[in-house]
Amino acid sequence: MGSPAVKQDRSLVPSAFEYAPAPESRDVVQLEKRYGLFIGGEFVEPRSGEFQPSISPATEEPLADVAYADAEDVALAVTAAREAFDDGWSDIAPAERAKYLYRIARILQERSREFAVLESLDGGKPIRESRDVDLPLAAAHFFYYAGWADKLEYAFPNRTPRPLGVAGQVIPWNFPLLMLSWKVAPALAAGNTVVLKPAETTPLTALLFCDVLRQAEVPPGVVNIVTGDGRAGAEVVKHPDVDKVAFTGSTEVGKEIQRAVAGTGKKLTLELGGKAANIIFDDAPLDQAVEGIVNGIYFNQGHVCCAGSRLLVQESIYEQVIAKLKRRMGTLRVGDPLDKNTDVGAINSKAQLDRITELVAAGEEEGAEIFQPPCRLPEKGWWFAPTVFTNVAQSYRIAQEEIFGPVLSVLTFRTPDEAVEKANNTPYGLSAGVWTEKGSRILSMAQQLRAGVIWANTYNRFDPGSPFGGYKESGFGREGGLHGLEPYMRLE
Amino acid sequence: MRLPVKKTYKLYIGGSFPRSESGRSYEVEGANVALASRKDLRDAVRAAREAFPKWAGMTAYNRGQVLYRVAEMMEGRREQFAELTGSEAEVNSAVDSWVWYAGWADKLGQVLGSSNPVAGPYFNFTVPEPTGVVGVVAPEEPALSGLVARLAPAIVGGNAVVLIASEHRPLAAVTLAEVLATSDVPGGVVNVLTGRKADLCPVLAGHMDVNAIDLAGVDGDRAELERLAAENVKRVVRNGEGQSPWHAAAFLELKTVWHPIGV
Amino acid sequence: MAQAPVLPRGFELPLEPRLPRIGSVDQVAVEERAADLSRRSIKRESKLFALDLAVRMMDLTTLEGADTPGKVAALSSKAMRPDPSDLTVPPVAAVCVYPNLVPHALERVGDSGVKVASVATAFPSGQSPLEIKVEEAALVAEVGAHEIDMVIDRGAFLSGNYAKVYDEVRRVKEVCGEAHLKVILETGELGTYDNVRRASLLAVAGGADFIKTSTGKIQPAATLPVTLVMLEAIRDVYEETGRRVGMKPAGGIRYAKQAVQYLVLLNETLGPEWLTPDLFRFGASSLLNDILLQIRKEKTGRYQSPDYFTLD
Repeated sequence: MGSPAVKQDRSLVPSAFEYAPAPESRDVVQLEKRYGLFIGGEFVEPRSGEFQPSISPATEEPLADVAYADAEDVALAVTAAREAFDDGWSDIAPAERAKYLYRIARILQERSREFAVLESLDGGKPIRESRDVDLPLAAAHFFYYAGWADKLEYAFPNRTPRPLGVAGQVIPWNFPLLMLSWKVAPALAAGNTVVLKPAETTPLTALLFCDVLRQAEVPPGVVNIVTGDGRAGAEVVKHPDVDKVAFTGSTEVGKEIQRAVAGTGKKLTLELGGKAANIIFDDAPLDQAVEGIVNGIYFNQGHVCCAGSRLLVQESIYEQVIAKLKRRMGTLRVGDPLDKNTDVGAINSKAQLDRITELVAAGEEEGAEIFQPPCRLPEKGWWFAPTVFTNVAQSYRIAQEEIFGPVLSVLTFRTPDEAVEKANNTPYGLSAGVWTEKGSRILSMAQQLRAGVIWANTYNRFDPGSPFGGYKESGFGREGGLHGLEPYMRLE
Repeated sequence: MRLPVKKTYKLYIGGSFPRSESGRSYEVEGANVALASRKDLRDAVRAAREAFPKWAGMTAYNRGQVLYRVAEMMEGRREQFAELTGSEAEVNSAVDSWVWYAGWADKLGQVLGSSNPVAGPYFNFTVPEPTGVVGVVAPEEPALSGLVARLAPAIVGGNAVVLIASEHRPLAAVTLAEVLATSDVPGGVVNVLTGRKADLCPVLAGHMDVNAIDLAGVDGDRAELERLAAENVKRVVRNGEGQSPWHAAAFLELKTVWHPIGV
Repeated sequence: MAQAPVLPRGFELPLEPRLPRIGSVDQVAVEERAADLSRRSIKRESKLFALDLAVRMMDLTTLEGADTPGKVAALSSKAMRPDPSDLTVPPVAAVCVYPNLVPHALERVGDSGVKVASVATAFPSGQSPLEIKVEEAALVAEVGAHEIDMVIDRGAFLSGNYAKVYDEVRRVKEVCGEAHLKVILETGELGTYDNVRRASLLAVAGGADFIKTSTGKIQPAATLPVTLVMLEAIRDVYEETGRRVGMKPAGGIRYAKQAVQYLVLLNETLGPEWLTPDLFRFGASSLLNDILLQIRKEKTGRYQSPDYFTLD
């Protein structure tokens, strides 16, 4: 159920002007009852014999049974990937390798409605996001990296770029298909083969992706999908025949992985958590800045590593910004992810909901002031109302720890230096936002903020050409752009 | 016995297929092909100039998708092209050229541009931009892949093109224009003229509203054309053989921007 | 000259009443937000409510050199009874005409409740001496127009003479008497959203009861993003001073679907209390028939043909 502070039932919109449920039909998706592991170009029974249901977080309904891989399964997948690599994937003419990736991109575009619905069903994010953000970006990622496959010598002048071999990739549940494309596209473009472990709670679009591989006629073993939980991920990471490990997820697990590959010589990239500061100066275009704040933390229910979870607002405009923010939060619609009018969807899992609830309680206990707009939350499923804390001190848990939910903490600052100081005062360093009319200030802040991605007068913008990754405990390595190729290559 | 319906080979200007305003044609490759006049060329440059802002204003990703679509459409017409050129290998090469350049659209900025560390508190960056309207004289041979090798790099960066096709083997160029017309290429971005190079090239080289010219397909006196080009300081492009992002770069300007860094 | 304080060229807002800072507007964000809101889909029952409301909010307009008493008579009849075959369709808010046609319009609408709005101040260009413009407004008010739609001097605005723009609004407001004053910004000439916001606040400071996007004589006229910017300025005024200023998008709104999008924008930005003809109007002509078409479609379930609706 929702958080204790949620007021019940009263909607802010008069019944005279209600938004209709505008549900996207589920019929476009055909789900199997049960999925095996995708190894060597076909679905196979897991040696583990274990299956678990994947649950829709909006309704708690089981969608399909999914195999849980064990060490033996992972070993088979790695072997398949190695064979595919040795047998020719890395030797195919690069221009032909590119064509496979172009095919994947085009097929994702053609089937985007189907994938968007499944993504929302399995993960809980609003259909508007999966349709307008996740799918187009996923296709674009494949299109972009397809273009590099036969141009690698231009990306690395004077070096001979070669693939690494088998890449073991573990991805999170917040942008399941998009994270898959961020991992698979550059890996394949560089000539590697892949063993990918989707997140435990969101395996379905990865499994549907196997059908795209079939339609694109990608040779067997080039991409292998092993579903399962953390144990399967650990097996992928530590398998000795994996040359490269790529992980996106929590900082905690990232550190475990870094420990696990220590001394093995495996190449590693990590894309971990964040606690981004979204900084608003008094000359910012205010209404648009408020949109940016809202987009920064409530987009995808705040399940975003680069979410603007700390609002740093210049004291001189504090009252005005908070008033506008609270008003705007009141017009956010929380509800059925498949409803096209929904702004904020379901929390991805019970476990995540518990974590958010615990941290929010801690916030209240530490003395911050909580605000949640009146929200009608559905009976079943896992939900959390958009929340903002004011009177937050830098030392509170809600200002330090990543909540990964629709919870914003507000702090104030007086001068640019103070903003920089507070923004950088965190072990994380993934992203930051700066809102100001003044160009030189944008550049000065960008120069001083210790974060891998800086959004000025906008937030949560992604593009396959734009390198993404963090400083400090937000991880290392970049995904996207020319720079996203390097982690997958050996440069001679 | 069924009589086949023979194709009329016209010009491709502004997204449509008009005959030459002169009403003239010449017989080549067993067909009558439009004989473009200087007025047709004038119209083509005008169409290109009008189409340029929209094409240049599209995102690079979009342009890449359009070029890929050209490849898709060409692939679908392999047989027709193979018949015209007499070489499947040439058709393959042409299609693959489109695919290759399509992949460059959203990468040229990263490879050709830069952020430049200057000695002062300034952010300084350089971006490539399309130069505008580009004239291309296609080589006589190979009539298809030679043309594509010149055309694709000219438009991938956002330029609009007026192209003079092979004089003795123009049918492939006109058929390619049909492919362009069905590939979401906005009208006027590519304009294809068939006819006598001796008549058309000097007009193109001397045209004051053409920003750059690729004389690869000129067999005779290049020097005179280069002299004509000097009148409006046209960029005279001398791309070599093969494919390269530098072939695209030849048609791009570089803009450098400064902005102070401060509170 | 009015009692207005002399404003320096750099434009200072008078301190009383307090008005929000001018600030700036981010183009990319505002256009995205407007596009986002235009994709909301509302319930069928709400759609009927919205269409009915849109009719009640309409200023049915004819502003042509060729307007005659006959034309205005026909328009006024349509305004009072938009769909003779469905008397549940309400009358529109007002008819909007040139000053010479005001008496004819007044005669026609009588006490039906439909208002008569007149343009004034050298509409549409505003490029006439101030005294003439003020006198025109005064005459129109005297003749009995209920509402006056004036234009700001864009030449003055774009050359930085904001004091002149403000002063002219003040002067016209003074002679309006009972009539409510709409101030047309002609947003299509202003160039940037920053300027639209600035002009909005200027007009409000000068005493506007309504701010209006366009004369309808140039492109672009009303758009969703421009409307959003103006509504946000209105919201800031309301938050700061408690004063409610109305808004009227005019020109370029041809289809019922667009009208509904504007109402969604209004509802989301200012809230349900603003969904009233006292605070929002549509300046349109052909829009009415499309709305009637849609109303009948919602009621009968059938797609309609324009043949069944009168052209007045």
